[in-house]
Amino acid sequence: MQASNWQALKAVMQRDLMVVMRRRSDVLNPLLFVLMVVTLFPLAVGPGPDILGRIAAGVIWVAALLSALLGSERLFREDYLDGTLEQMTLQPQPLPLLAFGKMAVHWLLSGLPLVILAPLCALLLKLPMAGWWALVATLLVGTPILSAITAIGAALTVSLGRGGALLSLLLLPLFIPLLIFASGAVEAALVGTEAWPQVLLLAGLSLLTLLLAPFAVAASIRVSVN
Amino acid sequence: MQFDSWQAFINMGGYGFYVWLAFGVSFLALALVVVQGLQARRKLQQEFVKEQQRQQRLARRKREVT
Amino acid sequence: MWRWLHPYAKPEVVYHLLGRWLPWVTLGAVATLSIGLIWGLVFAPADYQQGDSYRIIFVHVPTAMLSMSLYLALAIAAFIGRVWQLKMADWALAAIAPVGMVYTFISLFTGAVWGKPMWGTWWEWDARLTSQLILLFLYIGVLALYHAFSDNRTGAKAAGILAMVGVINIPIIRYSVEWWNSLHQGATLTVFERPPMADSMLYPLLICLLAFALLAAALVMQRMRNEILRQELRRPWVKAQFAAELTEANNGQKGQA
Repeated sequence: MQASNWQALKAVMQRDLMVVMRRRSDVLNPLLFVLMVVTLFPLAVGPGPDILGRIAAGVIWVAALLSALLGSERLFREDYLDGTLEQMTLQPQPLPLLAFGKMAVHWLLSGLPLVILAPLCALLLKLPMAGWWALVATLLVGTPILSAITAIGAALTVSLGRGGALLSLLLLPLFIPLLIFASGAVEAALVGTEAWPQVLLLAGLSLLTLLLAPFAVAASIRVSVN
Repeated sequence: MQFDSWQAFINMGGYGFYVWLAFGVSFLALALVVVQGLQARRKLQQEFVKEQQRQQRLARRKREVT
Repeated sequence: MWRWLHPYAKPEVVYHLLGRWLPWVTLGAVATLSIGLIWGLVFAPADYQQGDSYRIIFVHVPTAMLSMSLYLALAIAAFIGRVWQLKMADWALAAIAPVGMVYTFISLFTGAVWGKPMWGTWWEWDARLTSQLILLFLYIGVLALYHAFSDNRTGAKAAGILAMVGVINIPIIRYSVEWWNSLHQGATLTVFERPPMADSMLYPLLICLLAFALLAAALVMQRMRNEILRQELRRPWVKAQFAAELTEANNGQKGQA
């Protein structure tokens, strides 16, 4: 009997969740990395609230981008090595759907914790209260883009074995709009104007990315396993 | 003709350094692309020659054995 | 239409076709480039605000415009390679990317050099310069990915996907950078955005644009021919081609001696 698409999606997600839950350091390390970067900045530029408050949103977002790159290896690497990825390409269920499942789990375990961690980072960097909700809102709608684009890069480089620097070269230019609109939203909130337009724009971009990325990821997986 | 003398042309109304730097680096970069393309072709040709010599060596050895 | 196109899917045919066109395109590029640059550098009047420094425009604007067009061409080649699985499109991708990267670099460099006398600084975080810098990174990414694979075919497929993702992103990047620039910079830098040009400046600029387009075509054709040879090196027709070239070269040397 053939599993329905829905069942296949659920199976992929459950499996990925279980794998990661057995190795929690994969989830924790990128978050600790963000926390470290946030700690380094006051030490580098001085703890004055005027400087820190202004650069807080930018620092947190840049740290989020870099941590996404750090954690990207685990998305497909082991599945590629043990042949799971190849099995996935042979399934009767559409590959983009399965890729979407993996992206969703990646977001749950890297994007969502970042949203939860954000208030702590904002506190450490003395971000004024007015910017808090904008920061959390941009992280909430922006991190799915992060997961989706990272998944494309990870799928493209999975067969190379040495993703690292190459991956950041491929992906960082694609993150630029995200970075600009997200920090723009926080800045708008800080100066007391509406941050909604940017947040909604990010949400739109997020939806567009989620719609197109699974196909790009599926195509990349097919290129990589062959 | 906008310039009275060769000197004035080089000087570019005081902007000579910038204008000639921009043009110089641009055409240097383009020249490098052309040279690199020509070199790549020569390298392919050498690869062919090497391959051919190897084949000839192999054929000769085979003849000597038989 | 497919019947008509079919012979052009054969590398040998394309190689010879490109070989037949290349001298003419190169000749056209050299001729138009000489006319355009001499006209622009010597005969076009100086700008009443920027003096003679504006003459950088004759390199800057054509390369900037073509760097975008070349990325689009790259993505189209990638799309054709993906959908119709044409080897030739993969090779075109490998041929276009380096040329586009160099054009982007030239437009950035000339922009910076032009910025020094006009804005007083080599680098300004101006929207156009910034987008151009990002475009350079996109080109570098495509090339790096292509060369990261030991198998050229896989490399071309992977780089093609990246190019297509990039081409969807470019309008978003442009828009975001422009928005960011308007946010952080009250004063707009209008060096590149000028009132309609006088014909005496516009004509040489248009000729330069044509010249750089022809030059890009010639460079891409040259690289495409190399790429065809590289991929088909073990085929009889390439061997015959090289053998003929070598005997011709030898005969030429003997004739001289």
